[in-house]
Amino acid sequence: MIDVLYFAWVRERIGLPKERVETSAATVAALVDELRAREDRYAAAFADTSALRVALDQELSSFDAPLAGVREVAFFPPMTGG
Amino acid sequence: MSVLVTEAAFDAGAELKDFTAGAEGAGGVVSFTGVVRDVAGGLSHMEIEHYPGMTERAIAAMRDDAMARFSLTAARVIHRHGRLAPGETIMMVLTAAPHRGDAFAAAEFLMDWLKSRAPFWKKEVTADGAEWVAAKDADEDALTRW
Repeated sequence: MIDVLYFAWVRERIGLPKERVETSAATVAALVDELRAREDRYAAAFADTSALRVALDQELSSFDAPLAGVREVAFFPPMTGG
Repeated sequence: MSVLVTEAAFDAGAELKDFTAGAEGAGGVVSFTGVVRDVAGGLSHMEIEHYPGMTERAIAAMRDDAMARFSLTAARVIHRHGRLAPGETIMMVLTAAPHRGDAFAAAEFLMDWLKSRAPFWKKEVTADGAEWVAAKDADEDALTRW
C-alpha cells in the first residue's frame, strides 16, 4: 500500500486530496498507467505528465524513478511559490 | 525561527526588526517582501495551497544551500498559505551577511528557488471564477543562473 497525494488542479480533477493505493508498480510511470486506467477523471488528470511534477516521500523526483520502499507519492502541477 | 510556513498574517516590519537584532556580526541585512498583486484587475483574493511537510523540508534545504553557498550570518524565510487579499504580505526572505553582496545574492537565490521548487500553488479568485496561476518559463529559467 502506498499513499498517493494530489495537489492544486490535479486534486480538483481527480476529486480527492489523498488515497491509499494497492499497487505493485515498479516505477512512478507504471503507477500513473494504473491510475489512468481506473476512470476518466484519472485519465484526464494524467493526460500529459510533462505538465506534472512528482515527489517521492516529499522529495522531488521523476516519472521513471523506482517505487521500491516509497511510502508517499505526490502528483502536482509546476509550483508557483514566492 | 529560520523557516516559517503559516496561514497567519505576519508583521514584516516586526520580523525585520527581530531578524536584525539576532543577526550578530552582520554588516548588512536584506529583506524581500512579496505582496499579493491584482495583475489583471478584479482579483477578489488568492488561495495558496501547499504540501504540508514537504514545504518546510524543501525551504529548509534551500536555506541550508544559501547558508553554504554565500557568506551569511543568518537567513530566514516566511511563507503564508491559505486565503490572501490583494495588498496582503505573502512571504518574506531575510538574509544577513558581513557584506551586502552576499546578502543581496542570497536573497535572490532564495527567491528564485522558492518560486519554482517550494510546493505552493496559487489560485486567483475573481468574480468570474477561480483560476490556477500557471508557472512561468522565466521563473524556471532563472534557476540556471545559480
